[in-house]
Amino acid sequence: MASGVKPRVKVPKKATAGDVITIKTLISHKMESGQRKDGDGNLVPRSIINRFTADFNGQNVIDVLIEPAVSTNPFFEFEAVVPEAGEFQFAWYDDDGTVYETGKKIAIG
Amino acid sequence: MELTRRQTLTIGSGTFAFAALAGLPAFASLTDDAVAAMTNGAELIDGGIDITAPEIAENGNTVPIAVSAPGAVEIALFASGNPTPAVATFKFGPLSGSRSGSTRIRLAKTQDVVAIAKMEDGTFRQASATVKVTIGGCGG
Repeated sequence: MASGVKPRVKVPKKATAGDVITIKTLISHKMESGQRKDGDGNLVPRSIINRFTADFNGQNVIDVLIEPAVSTNPFFEFEAVVPEAGEFQFAWYDDDGTVYETGKKIAIG
Repeated sequence: MELTRRQTLTIGSGTFAFAALAGLPAFASLTDDAVAAMTNGAELIDGGIDITAPEIAENGNTVPIAVSAPGAVEIALFASGNPTPAVATFKFGPLSGSRSGSTRIRLAKTQDVVAIAKMEDGTFRQASATVKVTIGGCGG
């Protein structure tokens, strides 16, 4: 499924250099596990997001391998160090090869 | 009541058998296999890792789980009662603020959720939490 996928990310707008901030991410996605059957008893094929990464100015923050046991609309919360002003890059990798990306800028102040 | 020698023996061996049964690991071998694949058979140490899960989850489709293990490079989550035990693996990069993460997972039935952390020194830590599930989350 590649339609209606919308990533949402919550990052503070400002931080002090060296601060640890909390980031929350959510992406709307069915996360079809491949275990479910449709009305006719046929198995619904698996279609999930299998990887999520967060980077800051090219340096990795977290890299999550996702299995079908992660819920619909996968949600992740984690913490990151902000050494300088810059931009967070988030990427979700779909089973069908699509990569959903979004970025958030953060200022030092 | 006076116990005969025979009765005493029966009671004694019964207690022993019960203790041996209770001592067995509560989770299925599929999980053991998945864990062994990650650790290469290394010893698992209890403690040094925290797992936060609800005691009772009304809806097995979204169960909030949080893990944290200071000094970990990687934390993997396993659900012992799911058709496939692997849930998610968090790998922490250089800019990670704390070795923790939280997500929402699916649980098919009441079961133990196991977290295994790979530490910087190469050892493995484990923690588990039992979650009671009222409605399973894997479809039918």
